Amino acid sequence: MIDRDQIVGEDELNAYVDGELPADRRTAVEAWLATHPDDAAKVSAWRKQAELIRARYGAVADEIPPQRFNVNRLTRRSYGAVAAAAAVIAAFVAGGVLGWTVRGVEIARPSDLTRFTADALDAYRLYVVEVRHPVEVPGDQRPHLDAWLSKRVGSPLHAPELDKVGLKLVGGRLLPGPTGPTAFFMYETPSGERFTLYCGRTGDRDTALRYTTGPQNAAYYWVDGDLAYVLSGPPERDKLHAIAQAAYDQMDRRTTPEQGG
Amino acid sequence: MSEFHEHIKVAIPALRRYARALTRDAETADDIVQDTLVRALRSEHLFHGGDTRAWLYTILTNLNRNRLRTLSRRPALAPIKDSDAATGGPEAGGRDITRALDELAEDQRSALLLVVLEGLTYREVAEVQGVPIGTVMSRLARARSQIKAYLDGERPTLRRVK
Repeated sequence: MIDRDQIVGEDELNAYVDGELPADRRTAVEAWLATHPDDAAKVSAWRKQAELIRARYGAVADEIPPQRFNVNRLTRRSYGAVAAAAAVIAAFVAGGVLGWTVRGVEIARPSDLTRFTADALDAYRLYVVEVRHPVEVPGDQRPHLDAWLSKRVGSPLHAPELDKVGLKLVGGRLLPGPTGPTAFFMYETPSGERFTLYCGRTGDRDTALRYTTGPQNAAYYWVDGDLAYVLSGPPERDKLHAIAQAAYDQMDRRTTPEQGG
Repeated sequence: MSEFHEHIKVAIPALRRYARALTRDAETADDIVQDTLVRALRSEHLFHGGDTRAWLYTILTNLNRNRLRTLSRRPALAPIKDSDAATGGPEAGGRDITRALDELAEDQRSALLLVVLEGLTYREVAEVQGVPIGTVMSRLARARSQIKAYLDGERPTLRRVK
């Protein structure tokens, strides 16, 4: 007989369902369930949940893993491109987000530098591989592109001419950004290497050029007037710097007269 | 192939299953599994015997937690609650086990999946999550009662048609 004073609690019911109880307690719980229909209903509902979960996901383990999980290949490439997606995010975001959130406690908000750079690189990685629809408005409609994006971003901006550094404007698109609508321009070298310029409003007044790099992409961030710019591309610092400088020089010249009016 | 590599290889199908349920998204899940494997292989020298499988579950669980933390810097999207089920009715599959899992806190979801899907013991889950067994048990209890409440909410009260 079971001891009537020994109440079976939630923890023990859970342990019973999961086969974590020693034999004597199992017998005791079974006897308890026979006389406590509410608990018996709970136990049966929990078992049903487990069945639903296994029915929904169990078959994944029967699939033959895709080639990307080949251990030999992963070992060879473990320092290379395989980890790139995660590593890039980690490299760029770790500084901002990990420093920012420790166990969910907000310590300080990430700077515009961090947010713009992370979002710009997300956009870079998303669209740079796009073959058919890399942009919404093609580069041969530059005046329309500039007018449209200036209006949506809320500040006069221009797709810089980067022919001198070997880049042709593919076109541009509008994207959501950390502070609101953001302009996104894509450029291409004759060999098909792509660079993107991401541009949105900021309250940041620090105008220094900032370089951030990961294994596959890198970015330059700078602020000009009320706009923050992020130039993203392959991790070649000198080349990126030259492009950023060329873009910066043009913005500087073009926006100065407008600030007076 | 070394014994270590062999252990990792045989764990892959189960890791994919766990990741799929943990993220409810096939692509995200496989990305996390791949990252888990890369890290494990890279850290072979740090692994001093023991249960390879539990170690892999630990890496995967932590990677997913980091991923969610990274996502949390973006504005949170409000979870879809009663309204969507109301428009489609229960037959439209408004509430199912996947959505019930969506509703759970990450640590509860991970504890429940490790136990019911992956068959880990409470002790193993405690090691994976880096918490005492008592915490694992309360996570399980909360997960189960929340899923039950969610799924029970699906069924409209039967009304007699006169």
